[in-house]
Order: sequence, then C-alpha cells, then structure tokens
Amino acid sequence: MDLSIFGIQNSTLMVTALVTGLGLVAAALVIAWLISPRSFTKEKGKTYECGVPTRGESMIQFKVGYYLFALLFLMFDVETVFLFPWAVISRGLGSAALLSVGFFLFILILGLAYAWRKGALEWK
Amino acid sequence: MFDFGLVTNWFNDLLLSVMPQWAATVIECVIIGVVLLLAYALLALFYIFYERKLCAWFQCRLGPMRVGPWGILQSFADMFKILIKELIRLENIDRFLFALAPYLVIVASMLCFACLPWGNGLQIIDFNIGIFFMTAASSIGVLGILLAGWSSNNKYTMIGALRSGAQMISYELSIGLSILTVVVLAGTMSITGLVQAQADGWFLFKGHIPALIAFVIYLIAATAETNRGPFDLPEAEHELTAGYHTEYSGIHFGFFYLAEYLNLFIVSGIASLLFLGGWMPLHIPGWEGFNAVMDFIPSIVWFIGKAVFISFIIIWFKWSFPRVRIDQLLTLEWKYLMPIGLFNLVLMTLIVVYGLHF
Repeated sequence: MDLSIFGIQNSTLMVTALVTGLGLVAAALVIAWLISPRSFTKEKGKTYECGVPTRGESMIQFKVGYYLFALLFLMFDVETVFLFPWAVISRGLGSAALLSVGFFLFILILGLAYAWRKGALEWK
Repeated sequence: MFDFGLVTNWFNDLLLSVMPQWAATVIECVIIGVVLLLAYALLALFYIFYERKLCAWFQCRLGPMRVGPWGILQSFADMFKILIKELIRLENIDRFLFALAPYLVIVASMLCFACLPWGNGLQIIDFNIGIFFMTAASSIGVLGILLAGWSSNNKYTMIGALRSGAQMISYELSIGLSILTVVVLAGTMSITGLVQAQADGWFLFKGHIPALIAFVIYLIAATAETNRGPFDLPEAEHELTAGYHTEYSGIHFGFFYLAEYLNLFIVSGIASLLFLGGWMPLHIPGWEGFNAVMDFIPSIVWFIGKAVFISFIIIWFKWSFPRVRIDQLLTLEWKYLMPIGLFNLVLMTLIVVYGLHF
C-alpha cells in the first residue's frame, strides 16, 4: 500500500531525495572551494549596491503591504488545506458535497469581498 | 505500454537473492539518489540550452553556436565556468542564513522532482497524498528566497526577496485551487492514481470547461511561481540589479540558477501530470491503429515531451508580454485569478456531482 519503486517505503525514498538535494549542494560547494581562486580585499567584501556606498542597515522594518498580503494568503491557504480532504471524497457525497462546500466557500468569499471593500487588495 | 516495474522488480529480486533486505534497500536508495542527481543536472543543462536557443529564435538570432555542434556544449561550458568562479567572502551578511538559503531552494525542488511520474513504473516517491505533498514541498523554496534576500543585508536583495515572496505566496493559492479542481474530478491525490484516472482520456479533454479554465489559470500561476516571463519583477534588472541573489557569487549563484530552471521543468511536469495525462499516451477512442502506434512510444518519452512542450509555452510568454508592475501583479491574482478559481471549483463540483463530465 505505502510502497513504491523497488518496494521501498515512501518515507525512506523521501529521505533519499532530501539527502540527494543536500548532497548536491554540499558536493558542488566542496568542488568549487577546491578549484576556485580565493582572494580577499576589504573593498570586495562590501555590500554591492551598484558602486554607491551603502547607507545604514538593510535588515529593517519593511512595507506593511507585504504583511497584509501574507495575512490574506494565510487565510486562503488554510482554506485550501481544508478543501483537499473534501475534494477527494466529493464524488461519493452527491449534493451534500455541493451544499457543504458552497456554504464554506460563501463565508470565505465574504471575507475576500470584505478585504476588497476595505481596500486591502490595493497596492499603495 | 512497457512497464518499467518489471525491470525494477527483477533487479530487486536479483539483489535479494545475494544479500539481506537492508543491504538491498541501501544499494537501491544509493542508485535512486545517483539517478536523481544525474537527471537533475542533465535536465538543468538541457533547459539552459533550450531556453537560450528559444530566446534567440524568438528574436531572430542564432543563440549559442560556438561550443560544440550547434552550441550544444554551451551549458557544460557555463557549468565549468561557474564552478571555477570565486566565492566572494562578504562582510556585512548573516553568514548562517546566507549559507542555508541555497540548501532550502535546492532541497525543495529536489523533493518535487522525485515525485514526478516519469513513466509506467518509474514513479519514485508515491505517497497517497502525492500532489498535496508536492505543493507542500515546493513552498519551502519561498523560504530559501526570502532568507537569501534578507541575509544579504542589501537593499536590492531585500526588495527582490519581498516581491518574490509576495508573488510566490499569492500565486500558490491559484495553483492550489486548480490542483483542487483536478482532485475533485479524479477523486484521488496519489500521483499514480491521477495518471491512471487519465488512461481513457486526459483531464483537459475529460473535464469539460472547468478543466480548461483550471489549465489556463495553472499556466499563468506557474509562470508567476517560477518568477519568469512577464512576472519576473523580483529580478527586474533595470531596478534591482539581480534581485534576491545579487550578493551570491560563483556556484552559490549557480544553485539559484539551477533551481530556477528545474522549477520550470517541475511546474511543466505537474501541468502535464494534472491536465495532459502524465505519461499516458494520446488515445483517440475508436482509432485502434493510431492508439497502437501511440502505445509504442515509451512512457518516459511521453512525459518528458509533454513537460518540454509546456515549458516552451512558458518561455514563449516571456517574449510575448511586457513585464507587469507589482500592483498589476497582485490585482491579477487577487481580483481575477482567485475568484475565478473559486467559482471554477464550484462549477467542477457541479459537473462531477451530476455526472456531466466525459
């Protein structure tokens, strides 16, 4: 049931893919470290902002607009998570599936309409 | 269709006849890892060449021509060039996060890569929630990009990363909704299940109008998700130099480059899995001879062919549309694609519940 290629468990295969990804980055870094030239000068280590000297930090508070969209995303992403199990069994549920998801989506669309009306979807 | 499961089962039995179970599993995992690595690297090299050639042809140029016949060795030369470039040591960065970001980006794309249905019996990771796992794994990539931009301590990378984050999380919703539409039609989330359900016709043709709408939404959202084409404002070079990877040099930059091309292949692969039948050949009911000829083509050729075709469409977008502004980008997602996607989901449920699909 939970077996895949060669009859290996899927979780083992997932770990294999994970280790392969990590190994790819690590191996390429080691190879590059061995064959690439190294020299350090103070100028080279500076932040690259097109030749203009950097002023101040860059790790600062940023535009609140991104935060609003992140909140909206959270709302609809959780909705998608709830919808996936429903989607798998919707075929067997008949019109009950329609009613339940219709009600669920109605509330969500109300939320989207509210955000829209309040101007949260405008980029200012 | 030739079932590659026969080969893998024979190989498994061969190993089990000479060694215990755990040793066979270890050897098989190593083989899978090596094959994944090779496929990953070769596809990235192919895609770099493919995109450069296509871009050139769209602009009436020749593209790479010097290295090897028709320039086919150009991307190998690029790879070696990038390997021997210096990894510049920077002063004002957050070292740990800076080093961590490429790992996250590559691991996210590698996990999705291993889930793709390569052919009949060539499926590597096959969870019963496969497509859900893929959406989960692919969203790790956003983290990598945000960390890369934040840790570089550079204004350009910061703005690039934030734009990229806003864009990728927004369009993930549309991708999720179009995947949901297909899951409603198929009634399963397992990737083998999705492919098997398309044996008698691809979902694009079986699913009536909602499948077509979902396909179009998926293509647009996938283009945005890979930061490509008209949606490449995270790396809009006239305002942000190179976006979130400005400070990365040498092979460190190469990882982002690699992941970008592989993500192009992965979203195309998911599109062909969801709408164009994965590795299933094209069958036309009633045309027995035609179907037999189509069955003769190996399943892996079908899958890669479909994915490369969809990538062609996505590359075509890039040269057809001008770059959008960030407010246009967010308007397109939140005011158009998202509501359309929600109504499309309801429409698909209606069609499935009342049995109106083919």
